[in-house]
Amino acid sequence: MTGGEQAHSTADAVARRSYGKLVAYLAARTQDVAAAEDALSEAFAAALANWPQNGCPANPEAWLLTVARRKLIDAFRSNHADQFGEGELDRLLAAAPVTTEIPDERLAMLFACANPAIEEAVRAPLMLQVVLGLDAKAIASAFLTSPDAMSKRLVRAKTKIRAAQIPFRVPERAELAGRLDAVLDAIYAAYSEGWTDPAATDAARRDLAEEAIFLARLVAELMPQEAEALGLLSLLLHTEARRSARRAIDKERAAQQEFVPLAEQDPSRWDAELVDEAESLLREASALGSLGRFQLQAALQSAHVYRRRTGHGNWADIVELYDALLALTGSPVVAINRAVALAELKGAAAGLEALDQLADDDRLGEYQPWWAARAELLARTGAHVEARHAYSVAIGLERDDAVRRFLTRRQAALQN
Amino acid sequence: MQYMLAVYADEAGYQRLTPEEQKQGYAAYMAYSDALKQAKAYVASGRLQPVATASTVRLVNGKPQVLDGPFIDTKEQFGGYFLIDVADLDAALAWAGRCPGASHGSVEVRPMWAM
Repeated sequence: MTGGEQAHSTADAVARRSYGKLVAYLAARTQDVAAAEDALSEAFAAALANWPQNGCPANPEAWLLTVARRKLIDAFRSNHADQFGEGELDRLLAAAPVTTEIPDERLAMLFACANPAIEEAVRAPLMLQVVLGLDAKAIASAFLTSPDAMSKRLVRAKTKIRAAQIPFRVPERAELAGRLDAVLDAIYAAYSEGWTDPAATDAARRDLAEEAIFLARLVAELMPQEAEALGLLSLLLHTEARRSARRAIDKERAAQQEFVPLAEQDPSRWDAELVDEAESLLREASALGSLGRFQLQAALQSAHVYRRRTGHGNWADIVELYDALLALTGSPVVAINRAVALAELKGAAAGLEALDQLADDDRLGEYQPWWAARAELLARTGAHVEARHAYSVAIGLERDDAVRRFLTRRQAALQN
Repeated sequence: MQYMLAVYADEAGYQRLTPEEQKQGYAAYMAYSDALKQAKAYVASGRLQPVATASTVRLVNGKPQVLDGPFIDTKEQFGGYFLIDVADLDAALAWAGRCPGASHGSVEVRPMWAM
């Protein structure tokens, strides 16, 4: 490896490992995330110029941090000379020169990103940018927004953190629960966006699922006493374990991946290691004795795994878990899943009745799973004309080509 | 607000499909229209004949000049459109993502001027 290659690979590794840590450390005292990011990116540029000549430093993080702090101080001097005296600047950027371990303030930064003052829809994108360094363009694609609009939203959020002096700290015990929920919700939202590419053909989306798991792991490691943090990680790992089993190669067209629903998946294609880890996290979480929605969702995944592995029908347990989840969240999405489980327990008509009760909810008109569930249950009750229409809407609302083909086959199987 | 979703795709790709696959592709577009109508977002849609049928007209020194073929030759051709009425660009992009054209080609999303 040449010096240049060595420098690039070291810089990449540091970015991967420590980007968020460095941004968090630089921004924690000034609340100026954008300035911290700029300073860090200048430091990376300086590293790529310097390291090939002088060799990579023994502690590349400390090197980058020293350079970035100097850039940050310069930027503050030129932009805020009127506002900050020398002493104040030193206090803002205070801290002894970093020689060994950089304090990890990523968790504090996650809490700043998910502060109630930050618009909910931008929290997940913001976390992905500041902790993982993803650029606005990649984030925009993943969230199906225009890159221009996404970058404006991110800039606005960072301005708000600075202008409103949103603190970088883990909230006190009394307010922790609600604030942690906001952090976990945003991570879950990031994962869900990644998950909508089950074929894993879109690298940006697949990576997003991995990045979300990285964030969930980070929070679970830093707050191992928080049951819901463990619950979220368990849920994500359970879901991730089945990713590849959701696809099968079409026998006739080898290039075409076909969608495989949970009921037809081959459990031996699940990632057993991830399932084991998910199960053990869920046990740790329940031992903490503080139930929440992510633990319930993880418990549902665990129940599905148990049923498919043992062939033992556990729909009564599943409906009960959905009841608890519905009582906790009131989410129409949960209600749809509950209706589908109810259909397994008490027949399609009962499931359909439960689905119909949701029909007034405006949010569901464009919600693909409601139409897909309705189509399936209508087909089972023999209402084929209505089923055909519901399948059609479900197909029209679906983004994934393989799922579209799957639903089209179901629709075609209906009798006239 | 109204948005035009313009579908660009490689016509040759469509010609290579079997009649059964063409039928499935057509059904996917029908389902997409159904979903737009169900959501009350549908305004209009249309499908163009192959680009080989195109003629292009312009006046040169006041005299009409007619050329065979499209205005611009591109790898993917403009093949159809959906005119939709939704709240904002995010909603329009969500619908563009569901359009079958986004899988086998590209969907250009453009806001319409209010008339």
